[in-house]
Amino acid sequence: MTDVVVTGIGILSPSGRGLDAAWAGALSGRTAAARDELLAEMGTPVQISCRVPAFDPDAELGRGAARRLDRFTHLAVIAAREAIAHAGLSEAGEERITYVDADRTGVMMGSGIGGAETWAEEYPRYLDKGPGRVSPMFVPKMLSNPAAGTIAIRSGARGPNMTVNTACAAGASAIHLGRDLLRAGAADVILAGGVEAGVTGLSVSAFAQMGALTKNPDPATASRPFDVARDGFVIGEGAAVLVLETAEHAAGRGATPLAVVAGAGASADAHHATAPPEDGGGARLAMQRALADADVDPTVVGHLNAHGTSTPLNDAAEGRALRAVFGDHTDRIAVSSTKGVTGHTLGAAGAIEAVFSIQALREGRVPPTANLVDQDPEIDLDVVAGAPREVTLQAVMSTSMGFGGQNAALVFTPA
Amino acid sequence: MSQELLAVFTEVLTEEFGVPEDEIAAEATFEALGLDSLDVVELTLVLEEKVGVKLEDEELEDVRTVQDAIDKVEEKQA
Repeated sequence: MTDVVVTGIGILSPSGRGLDAAWAGALSGRTAAARDELLAEMGTPVQISCRVPAFDPDAELGRGAARRLDRFTHLAVIAAREAIAHAGLSEAGEERITYVDADRTGVMMGSGIGGAETWAEEYPRYLDKGPGRVSPMFVPKMLSNPAAGTIAIRSGARGPNMTVNTACAAGASAIHLGRDLLRAGAADVILAGGVEAGVTGLSVSAFAQMGALTKNPDPATASRPFDVARDGFVIGEGAAVLVLETAEHAAGRGATPLAVVAGAGASADAHHATAPPEDGGGARLAMQRALADADVDPTVVGHLNAHGTSTPLNDAAEGRALRAVFGDHTDRIAVSSTKGVTGHTLGAAGAIEAVFSIQALREGRVPPTANLVDQDPEIDLDVVAGAPREVTLQAVMSTSMGFGGQNAALVFTPA
Repeated sequence: MSQELLAVFTEVLTEEFGVPEDEIAAEATFEALGLDSLDVVELTLVLEEKVGVKLEDEELEDVRTVQDAIDKVEEKQA
């Protein structure tokens, strides 16, 4: 089977912008959750979020371009640009791909919502001012595919270009499918990742109404995966893009692989619109499939970056699923949820956490789970808390579960 | 009137579309100012709010420059 490697990473995370800063933020265990002034103005039931560091879209994307694109596409473009530079696909400072065949370079992005802010802004205009005032930019801004489309427009990548939506697993699904496109020979290089910018009054209200968000008003302690006091997630935003290529292609151009995308697994719970089955059965299948796909013995997995949303149901089900997959070896897996730091970035989470998994693998350092003070006795896992843990790692796994019961698991091994 | 309308266009193009003021002139084409056909439709929506006249799609067909648009607005205002 064709090996697929990661040769570049771009990330815009609540924990920081750029690979070094985002990873340092994850290792710090300091939560990025903060009071959200925009939400406070709107009087939403929950007024905390995990935003990415502030940036000026006009300065980043150029005159006029920012206005034509939803915020989620802004985030994706910035992450893709960094990934392209990191992988050496273009001359320094250039967004256009010139050092590999752009016609054989594809894009596979995951997003759960798409242009959330555009919906939120445009619908009131339609109601207040009538159909004749609806912006002609509405459609190309609000769809969920312009992140991938715009990355191609700006980079010149003319390979397969797609968007996958498995809600909160979308970023991981994109890496899975991007890897498969490479294995199928459909491209030499795929920019794969996830993005979300869904922190709007409407979506926060809706997530709050369904009981998914924490009611803890203290940003410092609100996102606390696996803790007995967890009561919901903190909504976040962000983007991460990985440059994937066949090992042969990477070697041919002298690129330095960061990790191997060794395995990927997907499954459905076939159970409920939002709740996981108590035993995490679908997640278990995704993990088992990823291990089988990677053709590694489960006992080589030394670290798991969990979905760990900080909701009561998810974290408990995930703990059971892990034990069902790994049995006694579960005790020797250093588990983290970086969502304590980043909040839940929805469609971006799977890609952001893939990045953190790869960094853990490269450095032999497992990030702590922020705010884990008193681990839920129902969750029988070795969850890393307080400070990073040094571990020699042969393989790491990252799990993601989306509403609708859509699950993904990825396994990375050293390059 | 034409000068007043040019001032309105200048305001909208700079504030809403991020066009540098020194590039805006009556004879400048929207294309040169970085606006595509969707942008021009968007521009007509903003203009409607500012001057109370809406240019319809078919009226935009031969609009290339800022002056073309000003002429159309004046025609409809008359």
